[in-house]
Amino acid sequence: MGKAQKIWWGILAVAMVGLPFAAGEFYVNLLSQIFIAVIFAAALNLLVGYGGLTSLGHASFLGVAAYISAWLFLKMGWSHLVIAPIAIIGTTLLACAFGWISLRATGLGFLMLTLALSQVLWGLGYRWVGVTDGDNGLRGLTRPQPFGIDLENATNFYFFALIVTAVALMLIARFVHSPFGAALRGTRDQPRRMSALGYNVWMVRWLTFVYSGFWVAVAGMLFIYYNKYIHPSSLSLTASAEALLAVIAGGAGTLGGPVVGAVIVVLLKNYVSSYVERWNMLLGFVFVFIVIFMPEGLVPGVKRLWLRFFVKPVVVPPEAAAGKEGQP
Amino acid sequence: MTAALEIRNLKKAFGGLPATNDVSLTVMPGERRLIIGPNGAGKTTLFNQIAGDLFCDSGSIKLFGQEVSRLKTHRRTHLGVARTYQIITLFPKDTLEHNLVLSLLGLLKTRWNSMMSLRANGHLYEEARRVLATVGLEHLAARPISEVSYGEKRRVEIAMALAQKPKLLLLDEPLAGLSREERVTVSKLVSGISRDTTVVLIEHDMDVALDLADQITVLHYGKVIVEGPRAEVVADPRTKEVYLGH
Amino acid sequence: MQFWVVQTLNSLALGGLLFLLSSGFSLIFGLMRIANLTHGAFFMLGAYIGVTFMKNGVTNLWLAALLGGLCIALIGGLFERFVLRALAGNSQGQVLVTLGVSLIVSDLCLIIWGGDPIPIPTPEGLRLPLKVLDFTFPAYRLVVVVIAIATALGLYFLIERTRLGAMIRAGVDDMQMARAVGIPVSRLFTTVFCLGAALAGMGGIIGGPILSAYPGLDADMLPLALIVVILGGVGSLVGAFVGSFIIGFVYTFGIALLPDLAYVILFLPMIVVIAFRPRGLFGKVSA
Repeated sequence: MGKAQKIWWGILAVAMVGLPFAAGEFYVNLLSQIFIAVIFAAALNLLVGYGGLTSLGHASFLGVAAYISAWLFLKMGWSHLVIAPIAIIGTTLLACAFGWISLRATGLGFLMLTLALSQVLWGLGYRWVGVTDGDNGLRGLTRPQPFGIDLENATNFYFFALIVTAVALMLIARFVHSPFGAALRGTRDQPRRMSALGYNVWMVRWLTFVYSGFWVAVAGMLFIYYNKYIHPSSLSLTASAEALLAVIAGGAGTLGGPVVGAVIVVLLKNYVSSYVERWNMLLGFVFVFIVIFMPEGLVPGVKRLWLRFFVKPVVVPPEAAAGKEGQP
Repeated sequence: MTAALEIRNLKKAFGGLPATNDVSLTVMPGERRLIIGPNGAGKTTLFNQIAGDLFCDSGSIKLFGQEVSRLKTHRRTHLGVARTYQIITLFPKDTLEHNLVLSLLGLLKTRWNSMMSLRANGHLYEEARRVLATVGLEHLAARPISEVSYGEKRRVEIAMALAQKPKLLLLDEPLAGLSREERVTVSKLVSGISRDTTVVLIEHDMDVALDLADQITVLHYGKVIVEGPRAEVVADPRTKEVYLGH
Repeated sequence: MQFWVVQTLNSLALGGLLFLLSSGFSLIFGLMRIANLTHGAFFMLGAYIGVTFMKNGVTNLWLAALLGGLCIALIGGLFERFVLRALAGNSQGQVLVTLGVSLIVSDLCLIIWGGDPIPIPTPEGLRLPLKVLDFTFPAYRLVVVVIAIATALGLYFLIERTRLGAMIRAGVDDMQMARAVGIPVSRLFTTVFCLGAALAGMGGIIGGPILSAYPGLDADMLPLALIVVILGGVGSLVGAFVGSFIIGFVYTFGIALLPDLAYVILFLPMIVVIAFRPRGLFGKVSA
């Protein structure tokens, strides 16, 4: 990681740790929401940005993890300690299945499959009233109390979410910088060449899909703990689209992009939609705007401008330039 | 001695069009085989079937005695096949070094590791530079592919294939689009490859590639027309017919 | 027995509507390689525009359908010409833009027509059920099936026997070659997009007496279109036809027999087909 990047992350870390002591409960809660969105976006970015596979159905994993937790808690009365691993593992298994089905195609076919699968789950959420209580959603969960710390307290929850987010981002960063991460990027750029080099392209993609689903399930746990309520709309196309927008607006294929994007989307949703009633329409406009005017996203865009205006261009002496068209 | 590559009665048709029409050929280990033929003769289709990018309709392909016609591409790579492509398919935004590291990684178990940093594998980067040096490009190791010349990209392609120390190397028109000096360089490279590697090479232009071949196979409309040692094939009237007909 | 007859007819009617919806989607994807996520919104908008026409003097449903279809064709054409074309070559960008526009359209409909479902009256002559032998058929649904078949034949004729169709087939097979032989690709794209959008829009109104016009109709219809097209094979009209009726049957009987799980049963045929044939039943183009 470059020095400039380390400084940015450092400042961010300090700010995040200090925030609850400086700001009121509203902001603490807002940031908790942002943390959940950050994990979601970062996980989706693995598939979209680094894998080159655009999924429009990732909200399924958040929703399913939340529903499993809610159902086990409310209908079976199990404890959080037991529920959490079951929900996460169960959702990850779903990701295994959905990944297998979706990867029968690539590109647009993959996108359509992820969308179709996710929409079916969404419909199921409304209609399987016996399990999900349909349009009422499931409410009444409590937040867990790890090591006796009560997460009902906003500040406690904030730090809990912050720690989970930090761990998630670190592990995801590791993944990206690892040999597997390099292989993943390779399959995004030249899948045929990667096959010829000995990589099992399908397996690389499928494993990434599953890993991505795992982290979205984790986000789903934080989600249900924070909201203590789950409704089928959390599995909707709009929910998946918000996460995708966060990835793209921030900058797909970068580590900082999803963070920036998640912040933007959550802030937009919270602030602007209190003035503008139609969140869907605004989301739509932002999508169209970003795709047409800023397709690379904010983080790469800003980096480019930074390099242009703040980093002195290197003057190449003529001999070195001639050496380029080389004799060996 | 087991043949390096043995193809028997290979057939592949697209729609009604037979691209590979009952092709049989045998390449011995260490050999330099040149496959030539006019455009549309089915040379690249043949390569794609050997490498695994395409599955044949019928027939058998054996690599060092092992039947591979139903194996996927990456599995054949692990059996010792490497290839280059007619159109350059490198990773343009990555450095030459990174391209080679990817190539080296393809055969290693490490490629599945998602926990350690790639950069921590110093030996891979050293080996990458060493291979780049054998093709004379070590000085450009830190440059992105997009910034080097076409001829240099071709050499990187070959380096990536050689990095895997393949038993069978398939070169698809390695001299295409190169200037005269670049062709000399690349030809020298290819002729310098150790005889531990069997080389099968496709070329469109006979004059250029002749020096590289021990044996030549002439393809036309997906069929083998002439085959044999270089001198014989060159003298054979059928060879001239195939080319003069165009 | 009456139950089975009615459900069968319902299945056929739904299949017919799905065909009107998905044929356009399949054409657009097959030719332009655009997964038009706005398609559900076009269907819904068609229904809303149609019912508006009907409330303002155009009492004939069929005329309203035609006019509505033209409106949607116009909107689709403008969208393709000014937005999608600007993103030519950027497949992912195009899909995301259609997603964005579908969100915009769905909220616009909410603003303009409100949150309550608007029922669309069945045409006069078709309100009474037909009596054949011992069975009663809802007559309108029968007509929907007939319309769908007529549309299928019309499209078949268009694709196989006209010059436009020949250009479309050429474009689906090999876009570069089509350009090379002088086919006006840009105009072709706009025409096909308009046609696809019009089909969806008309489908919305024609389906009106059965489904009505309500917010969320787009979100209900889009996944069905996707499943039909994936099952039947992208770019294949035969696939869209067969797929539509398969899904029509699966969904109708599913809801009747296992209401809670109908939605899951819906995507089982798609999964089974995809598992064995990634191209779908009749797909020429790999998705």
